[in-house]
Parts: sequence; structure tokens; C-alpha cells
Amino acid sequence: MPSKKSKLPKIYSGFKPGKWLTAIDVRDFIQKNYQTYKGDESFLKGPSAKTKRLWKKVEKLQKREFKKGGVLGIDTKTASTVTSHKPGYIDKRNESIVGLQTDKPLVRALKPLGGVRLVRKACESYGYKLDPKVEALYRDHVKTHNSAVFDIYLNWDDFYTPEKHNLFRKKGIITGLPDNYGRGRIIGDYRRVALYGVDHLIVEKKKELNAKCLYMNDENLRLRDEAHDQIQALKDLKTMADSYGCDIGRPAENTKEAIQWLYFGYLGAVKQQDGAAMSFGRIDGFIDIYAERDLASGKYSEIEIQHFVDDFVIKLRLVRHLRVPEYNALFAGDPTWVTCVLGGMGKNNKTLVTKTSFRLLHTLENLGPAPEPNLTILWSHRLPQGFKDYASKISISSSSIQFENDELMRPYHGDDYGIACCVSAMEIGKEMQFFGARCNLPKLLLLAINQGRDEMDDELIVEGVPKMKHQKPLKYEEVKKEFFKRMDWLCKKYVETMNTIHYSHDRYNYESEQMALHDLIIHRYMAFGIAGISIVIDSLSAIKHAKVTPIRNKKGVAKNFKIVGDYPAFGNDDDRADKIGVEVIRKFIQSLRKFPAYRGAEHTVSLLTITANVVYGHHTGATPDGRAKGEAFAPGANPMHNRDKSGALASLNSVAKLKYEYCRDGISNTFSITPSSLGKSEEQRTANLRGMLDGYFHKGGHHLNVNVLQREVLQDAMKNPAKYPQLTIRVSGYAVHFIKLTKEQQQEVISRTFHKTF
Amino acid sequence: MLKGRIHSFESFGTLDGPGLRFVVFMEGCPLRCQYCHNVDMLDMVDYKELTPQELLNTVLPYKPYFENSDGGVTLSGGDPIMQPEFTKEFFKLCKKKKIHTTIDTSCFTVPCHLDELLPLADLWMISLKHFDDKKHRQLTGVTNQPILSNIRHLSKKKARIWFRYVVLPGWTDTKENLTALRKFLKEVNFELIELLPYHTFGVFKWKELKQPYKLKGVKPPAGKSVQKIKAMLEKDGHKVVLNEG
Repeated sequence: MPSKKSKLPKIYSGFKPGKWLTAIDVRDFIQKNYQTYKGDESFLKGPSAKTKRLWKKVEKLQKREFKKGGVLGIDTKTASTVTSHKPGYIDKRNESIVGLQTDKPLVRALKPLGGVRLVRKACESYGYKLDPKVEALYRDHVKTHNSAVFDIYLNWDDFYTPEKHNLFRKKGIITGLPDNYGRGRIIGDYRRVALYGVDHLIVEKKKELNAKCLYMNDENLRLRDEAHDQIQALKDLKTMADSYGCDIGRPAENTKEAIQWLYFGYLGAVKQQDGAAMSFGRIDGFIDIYAERDLASGKYSEIEIQHFVDDFVIKLRLVRHLRVPEYNALFAGDPTWVTCVLGGMGKNNKTLVTKTSFRLLHTLENLGPAPEPNLTILWSHRLPQGFKDYASKISISSSSIQFENDELMRPYHGDDYGIACCVSAMEIGKEMQFFGARCNLPKLLLLAINQGRDEMDDELIVEGVPKMKHQKPLKYEEVKKEFFKRMDWLCKKYVETMNTIHYSHDRYNYESEQMALHDLIIHRYMAFGIAGISIVIDSLSAIKHAKVTPIRNKKGVAKNFKIVGDYPAFGNDDDRADKIGVEVIRKFIQSLRKFPAYRGAEHTVSLLTITANVVYGHHTGATPDGRAKGEAFAPGANPMHNRDKSGALASLNSVAKLKYEYCRDGISNTFSITPSSLGKSEEQRTANLRGMLDGYFHKGGHHLNVNVLQREVLQDAMKNPAKYPQLTIRVSGYAVHFIKLTKEQQQEVISRTFHKTF
Repeated sequence: MLKGRIHSFESFGTLDGPGLRFVVFMEGCPLRCQYCHNVDMLDMVDYKELTPQELLNTVLPYKPYFENSDGGVTLSGGDPIMQPEFTKEFFKLCKKKKIHTTIDTSCFTVPCHLDELLPLADLWMISLKHFDDKKHRQLTGVTNQPILSNIRHLSKKKARIWFRYVVLPGWTDTKENLTALRKFLKEVNFELIELLPYHTFGVFKWKELKQPYKLKGVKPPAGKSVQKIKAMLEKDGHKVVLNEG
């Protein structure tokens, strides 16, 4: 095993030594060994015959899955753990990278530790019956995350509405929280498995534990307890890989093994957990080091390396979790967020783009477009032109990738961070987050206007909100003051609820496998979110610049608003509106930070809705911006549909003004444009998209989903889904197969602004 | 104070010059093309007035988008040549900020205006309407003589030129006119010619303005016939771009 002697162990021959030999330090290994690639895509190879055969089988399986209503099968008898299932294959002879979550492809596993009631419901929804023994065990003998959270909720007076004693969580102000599903958004450093082998990781984990947990106080006892589970998970991981005939006790020897070991690390995670987003992290440079070594020694050719990468990506496209159908309203299209970041720049100003950054993107050509893995380009204006062009080209042809601003994130997270889910940055193996969905901020604005009453059913939600002095029309300063005042009320509830959820998750559904692939002492974020930011901005702007008069019912609840005059809307690069947005998000994060988070976590905020913008809209009455009751919100930080009338770049500039420092968990923007508007030829479209990305990120934009599509194609796909099995579109921080969205979500996507020239 | 009459902006132009462009649609045009798709910009009624500096301030937030796409600003319209002083002053400010400038013009003007703009406009986009003067008058309301001589003049002065040519069935796709076009293209220096198949997207604007649309009944050209013209011009050694946007 690695030793302090300068001579490298044989398994590492050809690598440059460094700190990584004496400590767990994957970043150091990458920095010492990776080779930047500044060329273009001409070196890439097509899919191998074996990959083609394998992919064809997978396509057939996926078709059957779709026909069966989205679920091909469920193993209803086995609670999933790292070692619960026998090895599974798609087509053993043609698979170069092996491993499935259960013993058959696309058969979903039970993960009752999140909550057994939901697992039963999910089984029933797809026509299966949960094994009564499993149900009894997790109902009567094992406390689950879900039951733990509700034990606290139900005995917490403040968690009920003041008059009718409804559960506060049902009022749609803070929703979608991971209190009845796995929280996810934790990224294990799966590279550690490949670089060090599991045996060494166990030795190092024990060493770290004994060096850092000196006195047996509360925190150290908890760490010891957790570390024990982590070590057990590593042992299980080894057992699981052994069943596939691989000894991951030792480091990987070559490219194929490195990819296989990485994948086993990840597979262990998705066998143990079904968190909403189970992301992969940053692997392009890491894999590339092995690829370069094998290419140099002649062990593998480019064709073989692409073959391993393609097969690996096929596996990532097969990851599935068992969900209830209601889950689809929040996270539509069965996403798993196997997010992999590509490219970016190093702290030393050298680019981290390697040939493997290209190879991973190339899978979208070799296998066709797909939502997973969620390939995320870490963009910098300093990236090599060849990579910028290739990424732009693939974005245009596949609408499957997203772009995020490396220049914004690197100062906070260094140059070895990954993205969990859509836009959440974290340093790999050193940081994690407590995921917290989002709150409905337009609803809070309405509570401030309506004396604390729910605008949908008039129920009193917050006590002590005074009647507005100025009614005809509303007065900006008064509304804003009341709105900001109620933010503290909301944030306190929000933080307390999150603390409850994550305490319970840590205790009853701990991610021991993923956390084993972290340092023992880590930095934690608690990620809060805002839905409907553009509606809040436009509503406040309308009150300020036009005349907005509420039309109230007998209880004094505004059921509609009369708007006289124009107001500047968010999305037109107009500071009069955009600056309101900056003020709101600053105020929100300040308010959150007044309330300490569980386990010393650092509060962050995202402007991201996933696909919940539709359901949020459903539960929200008419708003002062003129939005009708029930109308969908714009996704993420997007301007409201068709209100961004000053052209595509003006729309981007508005979003770019929302400061990342106040929304460190990400600011999601989804952008749709027709191919002919982007340019006349492929070359021109590529250059224009590249220019657009450079411009947007230069302006301080954080994230961009790009769809290059004709609206008519989507309309046709709604009518004839069978014609478009692979049609992929970016929604809000991830991509989906369009045909897997609900009708309502499809319609919402189609109604969004498609930028055209005029 | 010098002010320009501006109809509207487009922050994401990709069809009016290279790269990503901020397109300014100026009010007023000396021509009355029967197929004009911006007919709402011809009469100087619906516009806002901006100084060159004010217009520049509107453009500057988009500068980062120009830089890596080799884009810039395009003055279009209408026809910016109707407001030569403003165009000149605005382009001067653009040059100071290192912003690429394009003028989209009919060239129906006096040569001295062009000479003043020569050092300031990085690219000239010029629409060739018709080579038969009589038909040109019918189609646009004006003679083509100053236009053609101005283009020759610009060519001599080594201006960077892109031509546009609307393929209008029965008018510009006739054998005679195409022969004249090819002859003219051989006489002048230019970088490329863009073919625009006639479309009817602008017709609704004529209706809104309650003006008679004289080309009623003319259908967009068949894809085949446009391809044929493209191939023919390519054979002559020209770079041809087909613009179906």
C-alpha cells in the first residue's frame, strides 16, 4: 500500500507522487497527474459493436418500461442495502462495466428506511404488493426517517395553523421537503475507491477517527457511531464488488478498472439510498489520468477507452428509484440527477479540460441524447476554444446538457467541487448539504397583504398581520415592509422544520456508504430555496410603478387585483425591476441566518423549482403582477413567460443580476430558442451559443439550461409520443425525456418563451 | 442636441450580421419595397428619440456577448442612411468602445454620406432589389441608379460588403434579372451574398397599418428554385448563404 518512501508501489507506476500517497487526497493526485487537452473533438471514436448491441437491448427495455406506465418491475420482497441483491446483468457477454441496483435491469428496489408507508403506496400505484413481512418489520420494529419526522411534527404546537389546527406543511408555503423521501444531494468521493482501494480507506478512516475524536462528548460519540457504519458500508461495498468478481480492496490498475471501481462506489450509494438527487461529482480528469497512462503504454486504444466510457454511461442511464406518482409533480420525468461536472479551471489557472471531458460528452452522440447522466459544463471564458465549441455543439444537437459558471463557484469551493442535483456546488469528499426544497414566496407576499390569511381558503396562517392602511391602490413601502417582516416568521419555521428533518435523516436513514467516501470532519450547508422569485419581483414592481388595487372578499382576502398602468417586469434588463429581486434575496438569506441550523450548517439559498413551478402555481391565488389564480410560476429564476419582451439577452441580463453571493445554492435559468434564431449554419449556431454563454457568465449569471428546439416538435411529441422516445429537454436544472412529463407539465414547457429574432 | 429616431431594439440578433448582435431598428426609409416586412418602420411616426450616447448606453450591457461571438451592433430599419449624422456619431462612440459596427442599408443616398461612414462601419449589408430600373421603381418606388453606383463606389474603397437578395417569384428570379445580378457581382468586391426566399411574415403589419399589400397572391419560392440560384452563384465563385430565418 502507499507508503512514505519515494518509490511508488507498482500499482501506481507511471504516476507522479505527491501528498496523495500519504493522505487521502484525490485532488492532489489529479493536480499532479492530469493532462490538459486543448484540441478539438476530432480524436473521438464512435461506439463499439458491443456497445451498440448492449444499447439496443437497453432501448428495448426502456420502451417496455414506458409502455408499462413507467415502472418495469419492483422487487417487493427485499429491502435494498449495498449487499442485498445478487449480481445483475443486461447482457453479460457484451458488458465491459458491470453492476445493477437489483438482479435485473430496471427492476426497482425497496428502500423502506425513508418511510415504509410510502414504499407500500408506490408498490400499489404500479400494481404490486409490498411483502407484508417487510412492511411489518419497518412499521413495527424499525423506526424510519418518515416516522421520526412526523413524531416531532405532530407534537409541535407551532406546526399547526392557529385557528383550525391544520398541519402547517399542508398549506403549501414550505413544500416538497424531504420528510417523506430520501434527501439525497450528497456526493461520495467515488474516486477514492478506485485510487486507494477499499482496504486502505478503512485503515485511513480508523486512523482519522482516533486522531480527531479525542474526548467522548456528544459530537464525538455521534461521529464514532457514524464512522462505524461507514466502515461497515465499505466492507459491504467490497463484498458487493466481489460478487461481480472484482477485488476493490486494492486500487484500480487500469482505465477499465478505474471506471468499474468508480461505478461500484456509486452503485453502493444508489443501492443504499434513494435520495432525490444522487449525483456523481467530478470524474473527467480522474478517469483521464488512467486513460492517458494506458494509451501511452499501449494497453488500451482510444476505441477501447471510449467503449468503457460508453458502457459506464449506459449504466448511469439505468439508475432507477421507486417513487409514488405524486412525487412526479415535484420532480417530473423520473429524474435521478446523476450529475457529472466537466471541464472548469484549476486554481493555478490551468484548465481542467481533458480528453475524457470530451469522451463523456461524446456519449450523447454515440448513444443519442438522454437526460442522465446530467452532464454539466463548468464554464469559464478561459476554457479552451475547442472544448467550448464542442460543448456548444452538443448542447444544440441534444438539448441534454447544462452550463454553470466556474468563475463564480471556484472562489467558494476550490477546483475540486461537483454539482449535486442541478446547481448545488460542494467540494468533493469535504462538503455536503442538507437539502431543503423551497418555499413559496409569492404566497408569503399574499399573507402580508391579506392580514395573514391564506388567499385560497381564507384560513388564518399568521397571527398579528395588520390591515394595509393603503388599499386603493396598495402602497409599495407598506407592502414591502410587511412582507419583509413576515420573512422572519417564515424563515424561523423553515429552519426549524429543516433541522427536524435532517436530525431524523441522520439518525434513521444515514447515508453511511456515501459518507464513508467523505472526510470524517466535513463542512455542511443547509440549502433553502425560493420558488416564484419572478412573481415576487413583478408583483412588487407593479405595486411600485403601476396602480394595484386588491379586490377583497368579505373576510378581507384579496381574490384578485386591478392593475392600472404599466410596470417594468423582470427579464427586460431594467434595473427598476431587477434591483427589487436583489433586495428580496438579500433580505431572505439575512433572515434565514438569524436562525441557527442543525449541526452548525451554513445557510444557503437556491432559486430553483425543479418542475414544481406548476404545482406551486396551482396552490397560489392571483398575484399583484396580474398572474391569474392557479397559473404556473416561471421555473427557477426565469422571468415570467412572455413578459421578457426585450429579447433573449435582456432576459439573460436580468437573471444575471441576481447575485450568487445571496443564493449560493444556485440560480437556475432555463432558456429555449429556436434553431433558426440561433444562427443560419451549424458553425454559426455554435459560435453564437458560445458567445452567449461567455456573455451571460461574464455578466455574473450562474446557471443556464439551453434548449434548442422548435415548439412544433414538442407539440407533435405530445400527440405522437412513440415517435420521440429519446427527445430530451432541459427543464429546471436537469433534463427529462419529454414524453415522460405529465400533460400539464408538457403544456407549461410549450408555453414558455421561445426566443426568436422578432 | 443630435438625436436619432429609433423604432425598436433586438438584443439577440443573429441574422443581421456576424455573431450575436444588438440590432437597432431606425425609423424611416427612402424606399417603399412592396414586400417590406418592417413596414411599420417606414413612416416617421412611431419612434423614440435617443442621443448617440443614450443609444450606446443601451448597447453596452450586451458588450460581453459580442466579444466571443465576433458580434456587435447593427443599425437597421428602416434605413439608417436616412439619419446619416446620427449614424456617424453613434458609430464613432462604438469605435471608441471597440464594438463592431454594421450598417444595413439600401445605399439610396448621396455619396458624401457614404464616405463619412466608410471609416466607421465595419460591415455594409446591402440589399440588391432589382437590376431593371423600371421594375426597381415598381418594386421600391425609387430608381436603382444611385444605389448601384454607390455600391461600386464602396467596393472601390474596399468596404467590407455582404449582399442580400430577396428571391421574389416572377420578379427577381427571372432569367434576365439573374443574368444582370451575376454580371454585377463580377464587377464588385464583396464577401458573401445571402439569399432570402420571399416570405409573407410581414403581411399582417400592412393590414394593421391599413395599407394595401400589392404582392397579394405571390407565393414564397419553391425550395428547389432557391437551391438552383444558390448553386449557380456558387459556381461563379461566390460565397452564398441561404437564409430561411
